[in-house]
Amino acid sequence: MSVVLQSFPLLLQGLILTLEITAGGAVLALVLAFLAGLAGTARSRILRAVSRVYVEFFRGSSALVLMFWFFFALPLIGFRFEAVAAAIIALGLNVGAYGGEVVRGAILSIPPAQYEATIALNMSPALRMRRVILPQAWASMLPPFGNLLIELLKATAVAALITINELTFVGQQQRAATGESLPIYTTVLFMYFVVAQVLIFGMRRLELRTARSLGRAPAARRGRRPALAGVGDGGGSGGVG
Amino acid sequence: MATETGPVAAPGKGGDGDASKIIRFEKVVKRFGDNVVLRELDFDVSPGERVALIGPSGSGKTTILRLLMTLEKLNGGVIWVSGDPLSHMRKGDQLVTADEKHLRQVRQTIGMVFQQFNLFPNMNVLRNVTEAPIHVKGVARDEAETKARDLLNLVDLGDKYDAHPSQLSGGQQQRVAIARALAMEPKILLLDEVTSALDPELVAGVLDVLREIANTTDITMLFVTHEMRFARDVSHRVLMFDQGQIVESGPPDQIFSNPQEQRTRDFLHAIIEER
Ligand SMILES: Nc1ncnc2c1ncn2[C@@H]1O[C@H](COP(=O)(O)OP(=O)(O)OP(=O)(O)O)[C@@H](O)[C@H]1O
Ligand SMILES: [Mg+2]
Repeated sequence: MSVVLQSFPLLLQGLILTLEITAGGAVLALVLAFLAGLAGTARSRILRAVSRVYVEFFRGSSALVLMFWFFFALPLIGFRFEAVAAAIIALGLNVGAYGGEVVRGAILSIPPAQYEATIALNMSPALRMRRVILPQAWASMLPPFGNLLIELLKATAVAALITINELTFVGQQQRAATGESLPIYTTVLFMYFVVAQVLIFGMRRLELRTARSLGRAPAARRGRRPALAGVGDGGGSGGVG
Repeated sequence: MATETGPVAAPGKGGDGDASKIIRFEKVVKRFGDNVVLRELDFDVSPGERVALIGPSGSGKTTILRLLMTLEKLNGGVIWVSGDPLSHMRKGDQLVTADEKHLRQVRQTIGMVFQQFNLFPNMNVLRNVTEAPIHVKGVARDEAETKARDLLNLVDLGDKYDAHPSQLSGGQQQRVAIARALAMEPKILLLDEVTSALDPELVAGVLDVLREIANTTDITMLFVTHEMRFARDVSHRVLMFDQGQIVESGPPDQIFSNPQEQRTRDFLHAIIEER
């Protein structure tokens, strides 16, 4: 037990870095998801094509390889990234591609009658999107976003491979230094688990609040699929990590 | 909302610039695939006139209102609103397919109430009514809210400003939808079977509100309805449709008491049987 106590402060520092990468990746992914989702439902064919290319490319590429590319390959042609920045960008691009499909699907799921009501009130397309469609679509984005967030948290472990001392990396170091695999890795597992639970709890609160603001019955907790199962349009978690 | 017809020569006769008619359908053609729903339909409506559209299911009544609201594209002919082409715009002496800007312009004068209300579930009742005046017309918030409260009082919902649409009965939701449409001060109000999604005991409340609006405003109204009593009381003119054509048209007393056409008689008979 004393091993854990000794390593604990270091593991905690690793955890904080994990949280930072998760937060940074989530913000980037959210922005990209909205851009891709909006472009994917735009009237302009060019915008739709750009969105398609982004989504297909980054959904189909491994976050790990992307990270290597940003960290090891790009500097060779003169673009140097901090390791943490490379991790955030790689994860953000990857998760944002999944998120783009979530946003697009949610926008398309709004009944045509809502569009027609906005036309009858002479709303511009931008106003319609901002004030009517997105606020309603937001409710159906939240559950898949929750899954993606958990995916993202777990995927930050790949950052260990570019020597970022996030939680998994520190875990490995401490194991090597102490030889105590069991207590160290158990602690690491537990830390990921606790963070995931907090995120899930927060997302559920947000889902409930949003559903209630739309006058939807606070959906009885449907058996939430494990985070590993389908995100977005059923493409599994294969792309992440 | 383009047409397939491309540029057409501006017809010289009447329609063009004839603002004495607020609505004018000129040889309007509407197809869904091979199904020709309206074939060269002609009719017009005077300002302030209230016109009831009746006829069997599938006869094209909803399509007419949706064309006017620019929710559908037409396949031929021209619709004029206050002398301006609705689906086309002038370019020299040609009429070309309207762009978004032109559509925004012509929609200003037209409002519509739908069978299924279509309130915005992400807004409370007051916001449903004030949203478009504030963000489309640029009315100041205070002013828009004062007006919205007046309108909600008019439709008998003075105590529901803060309610969420989902907390209202169908009849109440429909009355909010009427207030929402009126808040934009349309010159033309389109009503598509606004009571047919309601439980029978809620119909009267909505019809009373519409009667009140008919009696106290000079809004031009086109309404599709199966409520023959209401059509008789409120309309100046009844158009009986069948298969996208006007079978018979005339003042309500004539249509309901003394219909000239067999198809009108059959239709009215069927409606009465239904009740
Ligand atoms: N979006 C659409 N796609 C294909 N066909 C359509 C569409 N909308 C309407 N139609 C067809 O157009 C015809 C006229 O429909 P419309 O809804 O105007 O009839 P209606 O007179 O309003 O009938 P009801 O009394 O049942 O509402 C019908 O044959 C219908 O099947
Ligand atoms: Mg209809």
